[in-house]
Amino acid sequence: MIGARRLFGRIFFYILIAVIIVYTVFPFYWAIVSSLKTGTSLFTVEFIPRHPTFENYVALFKEQPFAYNILNSLIVAASATIISLFLALTAAYALSRIRFRGRSAMLFGILSVSMFPQIAVLSGMFELIRLLGLYDTLIGLVLCYLILTLPFTVWVLTSFMRELPRELEEAAIVDGAKPWRILTRVFLPVMGPALAATGLLAFIVAWNEFLFALTFTLSNEHRTVPVAIALITGASAYELPWGRIMAASVIVTVPLILLVLILQRRIVSGLTAGAVKG
Amino acid sequence: MPREPATVPAVRPAAGLVGAQPGGGDAAPRRTGLPPTPGPTAASAPRRSSLTLAQQRIRSAWLFLAPMLIVLLLVAAWPLLRTVFFSFTDANLSDMSGWQFVGLDNYISLVEDPVWWRSVVNTLIFAVISVAIETALGLIIALTLDAHIPGRGLVRAAVLIPWAIPTVVSARMWAWMLNDLYGVINAALLSLGLISKPYAWLADPFLSMVSVIAVDVWKATPFMSLLLLAALQVLPREIYEAARVDGVSPVKVFFRVTLPLIRPALLVAVIFRILDALRVFDVIYVLTGNNQNTASMSIYARQQLVDFQDVGYGSAAATFLFLIVALVTIVVITFGRVNVAAAGDGR
Repeated sequence: MIGARRLFGRIFFYILIAVIIVYTVFPFYWAIVSSLKTGTSLFTVEFIPRHPTFENYVALFKEQPFAYNILNSLIVAASATIISLFLALTAAYALSRIRFRGRSAMLFGILSVSMFPQIAVLSGMFELIRLLGLYDTLIGLVLCYLILTLPFTVWVLTSFMRELPRELEEAAIVDGAKPWRILTRVFLPVMGPALAATGLLAFIVAWNEFLFALTFTLSNEHRTVPVAIALITGASAYELPWGRIMAASVIVTVPLILLVLILQRRIVSGLTAGAVKG
Repeated sequence: MPREPATVPAVRPAAGLVGAQPGGGDAAPRRTGLPPTPGPTAASAPRRSSLTLAQQRIRSAWLFLAPMLIVLLLVAAWPLLRTVFFSFTDANLSDMSGWQFVGLDNYISLVEDPVWWRSVVNTLIFAVISVAIETALGLIIALTLDAHIPGRGLVRAAVLIPWAIPTVVSARMWAWMLNDLYGVINAALLSLGLISKPYAWLADPFLSMVSVIAVDVWKATPFMSLLLLAALQVLPREIYEAARVDGVSPVKVFFRVTLPLIRPALLVAVIFRILDALRVFDVIYVLTGNNQNTASMSIYARQQLVDFQDVGYGSAAATFLFLIVALVTIVVITFGRVNVAAAGDGR
């Protein structure tokens, strides 16, 4: 009797797992299938394409500046990440290792910046970007992406550094080392994994950003990937080139998924450091 | 200003009781000995040198913080203040310098605009329903991932896929699946006999909201389940052993033991998601554009600001949304402090 119940429990459990996997993976699988179909076969439901073709992928690079879009996204996301990590590293040391008046208030302030709705800074940012002559440029995007990546990296690196043992720097302090030296010689060498995880998360945030990129770029050549994908249109709503849209979706998603799968443990710890401790 | 070294030891024990001090866990460090008083040498070393060391460290702290603070003032504080400022003017996007003060006019028109209130209601419906479903689903997935069974790694990898996909991409993938003529969802439901004619998932006023919520749930549930999984994994295993030995049913264990223990983490995750959902833009914009049936506050504000070039009015809407988010954050932080203390006790 108990054995039968356990067996049912087990079967139920595996069905549950199968449902979860299908639910999370199927939309992406369907995008891959659709990206390999053209013409009328796109409009028939078949789970394995009978005549797979790479036409959509070719068209994406031949007929529109998708290669530029990818390059733009890479440049913008990488720059925002590197600048954020650089600024956040010293800030996180100060916030996690030195006690000074106003520290909790500052941590709170940084956390609240990451809560800002992007729309709340949009008109002020528009003015600033025009004032600096950065409208429709990649530098302008890097500048406004810092509002997304910087508070986040400071927060995550601060919680990472807080976890490091006190003994690590105590000896250096007794030896009379200055904070800059302690940071670069004592902390930096052990921060590699933390920096990689935080950097990857910041990169993903910048890579996926849509609202600023949509508003602050105008020409097709300066668009980032999300905007390019959102703005692929046909002659009418019923003539959207779905095959091509799916091909673009697959191209930008595959590298991200690979990265995430390779680094999944680190990402999970970085995510929870950033959020649960909020 | 540095503290007198003599007072530090007196302060330490109090700061050490995390559970006793509400809020002791979030902003203040959990480690207690952070002030740079070299413990054993404090007694022997001259008082002045340790004071200058502390001062030195505080000075470099500000030096270390300066670049980050300057950047945040430039890209966050300044634009926010300008947005609030613009909300009292009639500034236009084509010429933002030619503005005139209009007092509260923008806010008055906002309050009188039924389309704006529609977007407020849409945003609230979206936030409450999507976060509720995400929490329930996230909990189920987290519990599955927490069970020690073969295939766990596979599920975790699968769960990370929606999280890694850009929101715009996931919205477009779903828009294709939900297509009324050629979408796989209509085809599947038709062939299963669940519907008799294809539905217009993204055009129908009611169904379009359902679709927007469904896509957000697909995209955001992984985040929720990972946060909850982290909370589940620090729970003491002995409790479950004891419950199993006593023959308590798993359902009872969940509601009596697991849920109360992960409550603090659950609340933090829910709050994060609600704040996120209140400012939703991407997923709705890509799926249904500026359609009034689904437009959120962010979409309404951007439409006024960019499409209609009305910076003053759009800024008023944006400021309104900011105030709502700020209010929720403040309420949550006051009420969140209690949770942090509770988390300290619970573990």
